[in-house]
Amino acid sequence: MLKIENLQARIEEKEILKGINLDIKPGEIHAIMGPNGSGKSTLASVLAGRADYEVTGGSVSFMGKDLLDLSPEDRAKEGLFLAFQYPVEIPGVSTTNFIKSAVNEKRKYLGLEPLDAVQFLKTMKEKMKLVEIDQSLLSRSLNEGFSGGEKKRNEIFQMAMLDPKLAILDETDSGLDIDALRIVANGVNQLRNKDNAFLIVTHYQRLLDYIVPDFVHVLYNGRIVKSGTKELAFELEEKGYDFIKAEVNEATA
Amino acid sequence: MDAKIFFKEIYQHQVKDASNLKSFQQKNWDAFSELGLPAIKHEEWKYTKVKNLFKDGLIYDQQASSINKDALSNFILPGTEKANHVFFVNGIYQPELTEISDSTDLLVIKTLEAASGDEDSAFVDAYLGGSYGYNSDGINALNASFSSVGAFIKVRKGAVLTQPIVIHHISDAQAGLRFNQPRILISIESLSQATIIETYNRIGTNESLTNEVIEICVEKEANLRYIKIQNEGAGANHTGTTHIRQLAKAVTHAVTITLSGSVVRNNLNMVMDGEFGESHMFGLYLLDGNTQADNHTIVDNAMPNCFSNELYKGIMDGSSSGIFNGKIFVRKDAQKTNAYQTNKNILMSENSSANTKPQLEIFADDVKCSHGCTIGKLDDDALFYLRARGISEQNAKALLLHAFAADILQQIEIEELRAYIDGLISDRLTLSI
Repeated sequence: MLKIENLQARIEEKEILKGINLDIKPGEIHAIMGPNGSGKSTLASVLAGRADYEVTGGSVSFMGKDLLDLSPEDRAKEGLFLAFQYPVEIPGVSTTNFIKSAVNEKRKYLGLEPLDAVQFLKTMKEKMKLVEIDQSLLSRSLNEGFSGGEKKRNEIFQMAMLDPKLAILDETDSGLDIDALRIVANGVNQLRNKDNAFLIVTHYQRLLDYIVPDFVHVLYNGRIVKSGTKELAFELEEKGYDFIKAEVNEATA
Repeated sequence: MDAKIFFKEIYQHQVKDASNLKSFQQKNWDAFSELGLPAIKHEEWKYTKVKNLFKDGLIYDQQASSINKDALSNFILPGTEKANHVFFVNGIYQPELTEISDSTDLLVIKTLEAASGDEDSAFVDAYLGGSYGYNSDGINALNASFSSVGAFIKVRKGAVLTQPIVIHHISDAQAGLRFNQPRILISIESLSQATIIETYNRIGTNESLTNEVIEICVEKEANLRYIKIQNEGAGANHTGTTHIRQLAKAVTHAVTITLSGSVVRNNLNMVMDGEFGESHMFGLYLLDGNTQADNHTIVDNAMPNCFSNELYKGIMDGSSSGIFNGKIFVRKDAQKTNAYQTNKNILMSENSSANTKPQLEIFADDVKCSHGCTIGKLDDDALFYLRARGISEQNAKALLLHAFAADILQQIEIEELRAYIDGLISDRLTLSI
């Protein structure tokens, strides 16, 4: 589904990704962990197409297409979804109208009829239950004045509405209390199936108690330096990132 | 052209000695003869080159074109079908085209000439020309010199109008560059309530220039909503002053929407001349091409305990430019004044520009005043967020700009009118969702 080969990217003059390789297949959940500044969020942003980053090498194919050649909106329409670490507040645009536009633009791209008001409302009600989000929140301006937890739940709600093939969760757990974390994880678990995949970017192992990954990768200094199963996450939690740093530094010394 | 010479001849021929307004007109003519048209070295006219608008071939004959009454329906805005419609053609008030739907027990409309000679003459004497104290320039004096063709409107004490008063300004630019000078004096008597809408239309493809002065007194505990809608298209130029004096506990709410035109200058003055007055001022200028919109506002807090809030927003594309100048005066006695002002601008293109200047002069020591202005482009993070959800770049921009404009649009209470203007804006932004 997603194949990243030797991906390198920088922001301004600073090299951040120094050769990432990653292969994600349908039905899989991958977790990317790593210390602050290792390039986790950069990877998420580059995949979603944020213009601040310049890709300097490597390739990414998504559903057989050259992902890096697509605009952010076309990546989304092809089925890529990024749950933002810091969802943007947009005054004056209601969440409902926004998500309706997004859903229908995607349907148009896929050659489907737009959802009418009734169908849309029905879908919305279903998905709202999934993330325990209230109608009143969705009538308000997008993320404006939302608490951290509400913003993250709104991200998962949007994900549910757009039904992506690959969802990237960029530190969705950061700043969440345990109840909000459980709600977010529950949403993800209900949405996962054999045809979609998740890439979960996180600093802590905590979220992975609720969303069990098939693979865990450790990103350090712009490279994936270690991959394993969920046990690797426990090991990191126990030992901290220092042992990884030590291993890497030893290997390159 | 030499404006002093050009208008002198017209003044001598057209302004009649028998007019009740003769001494007012003469006084202003003398002022104009001395001042002439404002030059850009005049701080208030720094960005608007008024002199350039007075071109050779300008037609100012003080004759209204004959307009078929049936054709007027083209000018009616949605949501105002049953309104009181007041027509000006070429700057001249047209009683025979005007249609009043509210009872004369509530609303009186007549020529300014008539009002200056009947029971309203004391009001005319007291308030006509009040704007000159704030806009003491040649362009104001020029309008006043020819003010006898204007109209007088009175909303009677305690009257609650069921329908808005829509003032239509029609300029006939079929024969050439048309110059209009509408003059309006309005009394919103105490405890009454009214909505006034001003709208502008041009017939013909030549340029036009409308130099308007509208002066309104909102008396004790009266309530006025005022909406000015400018969408006359390229070639239409405008220099207009809306001067509102409000007495104790009066409430005024003004919305100025500028969607097109060539050079547009709007002065809006709010004189808080009674305690516990409240004033809300909103403006939206959505510009493209070579349009220049220059909004100058003044809030003069002469008395204590007044509240004013001001929010102007601009979106500039193409080679357009938006100018905002907001003055707030708080006089020595105007303690406990609350006055707020915000101006926000978004530039959409390389060649567009915005100039903004807040100007607060505070002489009282127990007041709350704030001002803020921004000039920027669309927020990249917001744009990316929308695009990352599959919304095309063009629609994402339109969505954000529409949202930016929305808080001003929401200030228009008449739902159909708001929807109509919203539609114009959505079309302009090519919002296709």
